[in-house]
Amino acid sequence: MGNAELRVDGNAVGGVLGEIFVHEMTSARVKCEGCSAIEPLGAEHVYMQAPGIVVRCCHCESVLLVITQRDGSYMIGFQQIAWLET
Amino acid sequence: MARAALLGRLNWTLGEVVELIDETPRVRSIVLDVPEWPGHLPGQHVDIRLTAADGYQAQRSYSIASAPENDRVMLTVEGLPDGEVSPYLVDELRPGDKLELRGPIGGYFAWDARLGGPLFLVAGGSGIVPLMSMLRHRAVTESSVPSRLLNSSRTRQDIIFREELEHLAARADGLDVFHTLTRRQPDGWDGYARRVDAQLLAETAWPPASMPLTYVCGPTSFVETVANALVLLGHEARRVKTERFGPTGG
Repeated sequence: MGNAELRVDGNAVGGVLGEIFVHEMTSARVKCEGCSAIEPLGAEHVYMQAPGIVVRCCHCESVLLVITQRDGSYMIGFQQIAWLET
Repeated sequence: MARAALLGRLNWTLGEVVELIDETPRVRSIVLDVPEWPGHLPGQHVDIRLTAADGYQAQRSYSIASAPENDRVMLTVEGLPDGEVSPYLVDELRPGDKLELRGPIGGYFAWDARLGGPLFLVAGGSGIVPLMSMLRHRAVTESSVPSRLLNSSRTRQDIIFREELEHLAARADGLDVFHTLTRRQPDGWDGYARRVDAQLLAETAWPPASMPLTYVCGPTSFVETVANALVLLGHEARRVKTERFGPTGG
């Protein structure tokens, strides 16, 4: 099975981000540093099958966020995000 | 959208199963009583978490099928043979059982009548579930937003909410329902009989010039085929919202 079939979208990380942030995050707008596209987080590509959750730009596939969980705490890696607006 | 109502971190909570409804041979609706449920927007989902006796946990997202105006929360789940969570939900769950859940989740893939239309909904298989919440909300609030549903199923018996969709379309309040059956069609079938493609979308979607709001939900390959075709047909990408279930949904 190729990566493209495993892809879901930013709606799928609404739950985990909802535990961390007080704002509803799938509606948050994100600017990709790779291609400058601005999209709601809900529209970005998400890959859940990695050890963590990887959020990629839906236009250029730059990695925007990497979310991992261990022992009840979260680590969020902010990668190619110029800004995020809720 | 009622943003203030959405503020606040999500926490896991328990819902009690009050009713189970077999929708098709593979799909079951779970009606939950969730104490202190804050209400939801049509299109939102919840995460369900199962914990095994040895502490192993598995969680999946399931769309809410009920209208926000309903006191109880209905999830409609397709049982997948290799799934970690859905076989339990579809085959094992009994009334009175408790389910661990968090939600409602989402805001991007959500619609309520105040957002207007025209509305075009495209569902592949159990992708109908969040769109059904929108249609139920539209009916309960007596909205007359011009709306079209294009619903793709394998066979007639796999059409989820078939009778209810017939009733909704019969209200003649501006909703048109189109079905396509991709695998097998009964004798005398008067709907479409092929996978959703650009031609089928051109026949059923609102003209791009009417600036419709479009919601597409289903397996990843279905959603991407539909969304890409709509953009090529001239629809504005930002008004085509997608929810991909992945290859299975688990």
